Amino acid sequence: MKKFLNGPWVLILPTIIVLTCVVFLPLLISLWTSFTPFKLTKPDTLYRFVGFRNYERLIGDYDFWVAFGRTVLFLTIALNLELVFGLGIALLINKITYAQKTLRTLMMFPMMFSPILVGFQWKYIFNDNIGLLNNFLREFGVINPIPWLVDATLANISIMAAEIWSSTSVFAILLLAGLMGIPKDPIEAAKVDGCNSWQVFKNITLPFLMPFIFIAMTIRSLDVARAYDIVQMMTGGGPAKRTELLWTLISRTGYVDAKMGMANAMSYISIFLSIAFTFFFFYKLMEARKILSYD
Amino acid sequence: MTKKQINNILIWIGAIFLILLIMTPGLWVVITAFRPQVDIMAKPAVWIPRNLSFNQFETMLFGGSEGSMGRSPVPVLSYLRNSLIISIVSTSVAVFIGTLGGYAFARHEFKGKNSYFFLIMLTRAIPGISLSLPIFILFSKLGIIDTHFGIIIVFVALNVPFTIWLTDGFFRQIPRAMSEVAMTDGCTRLQAFWHIELPLSKSGIASAGIFAFLISWNEFALVSNLARSTDSKTLTVGLMDFTSQFTINWPGMCALAVFIIIPALILTFMVQKHLVSGLTFGGVKG
Repeated sequence: MKKFLNGPWVLILPTIIVLTCVVFLPLLISLWTSFTPFKLTKPDTLYRFVGFRNYERLIGDYDFWVAFGRTVLFLTIALNLELVFGLGIALLINKITYAQKTLRTLMMFPMMFSPILVGFQWKYIFNDNIGLLNNFLREFGVINPIPWLVDATLANISIMAAEIWSSTSVFAILLLAGLMGIPKDPIEAAKVDGCNSWQVFKNITLPFLMPFIFIAMTIRSLDVARAYDIVQMMTGGGPAKRTELLWTLISRTGYVDAKMGMANAMSYISIFLSIAFTFFFFYKLMEARKILSYD
Repeated sequence: MTKKQINNILIWIGAIFLILLIMTPGLWVVITAFRPQVDIMAKPAVWIPRNLSFNQFETMLFGGSEGSMGRSPVPVLSYLRNSLIISIVSTSVAVFIGTLGGYAFARHEFKGKNSYFFLIMLTRAIPGISLSLPIFILFSKLGIIDTHFGIIIVFVALNVPFTIWLTDGFFRQIPRAMSEVAMTDGCTRLQAFWHIELPLSKSGIASAGIFAFLISWNEFALVSNLARSTDSKTLTVGLMDFTSQFTINWPGMCALAVFIIIPALILTFMVQKHLVSGLTFGGVKG
């Protein structure tokens, strides 16, 4: 008993209990449900086992794969642009000596916004009738309002803009922290030896920043599903499912169509997708940390 | 002008453009919250507000004045109460549980430590909407759907991993020798923790708490499906009440948005220093 009280497990036990109740146990229920034709309107169907029928149907479901593909494409483009913009912003602020702290604080502004608020403010800006953007364009002679959230392509771009606005600052702030920690000597030495700025950036700055890029990516990959809030608010997956992401599809299938069995099968696939993202970046992070040996 | 001066000017132009891009959407929402409906709908657009009104906030908080829109259709005060209760209680519990866990990971060596740490972090990677489905089924069976209790335990689980991540980093910054001395003097591990490490990491734990509060305050995907009525709906979910199939009450939504953002704004400014060092495992000077 004394050994237990002095050991780590007594401290971790509450965490295990909570996570078991709210995460692991529900995940088991979710797994079971995905093998049933459970519908909220017919409670008995929760106990009917149908094997892989839901998954088989999903494999042949065109709408599902479109949403799946769009989600992967959306995340790939969004994360890459966020990284590039974040790096650009970090480099820019790093160059500024006057009021640098104030600027950094201002950069954090989007991080305070709940994703649902991000969705709302951009829905308001992109509104074709009274939105800021169309009002602004009208001043420059664009009389016909542009249907930002009605046209399929434009709607996807608009959502992407909102997503990038809300998450770029995570990259900017963390990469800035990395930039500030870079020792000055190697950079000075390289310049004396005749390296140009691009060579300095590529060979000194970027390798040093790598762990910070992976920290940012890991943190970001933990909440990619925030995009659900934004899409739900801005378009609800419309027009005609053209902005449907995996998560809005799950929500519609489960809660609107009440097909819980099918929704759980979908959500298992989405969970694996998220975990794969996180796993990849966390692995990279651990490797990078070993190299810089922060521990 | 020298080349350096031109460079400086370019950098500042970039910075100002950036600030505009970051601030405009939020500021526009704030301004709209104080404008009369006529101005919002006006064409061509009215850029400089002609008069400001607090009507939206009055309607929201006190049910509106005579002759205006009548009683507020959205029970914002109930939502505010729910938001506060749920966020504060879940934060307190999550910080307590998470600090213990963070301490275990920072100070104890045990088999498979990194794997357990990773597993706990991984629970955060599960999309809220995916997790909400089985929780919805489970809570319906248990009869705790649409209650504070149900949402609070979900939020605790949501916040514990992140609290462990942060506090683990803060405890690592405290030299081990301090508690080791206390333990050779006869303290148990828990006593050493209570008297030495806990007071030293107070500010770190406080900022972990503020993070947890912000995550709870801002959460939407889970609550929107677990909360069904004014009994447990929070402010973020209430925002959807202003939209119906064909109409959107823009000024009302803007007013509520201002309401949601102000506490988040204040709290984030309070923890911004810890934000960077916490997220980078305390490995960097902020």
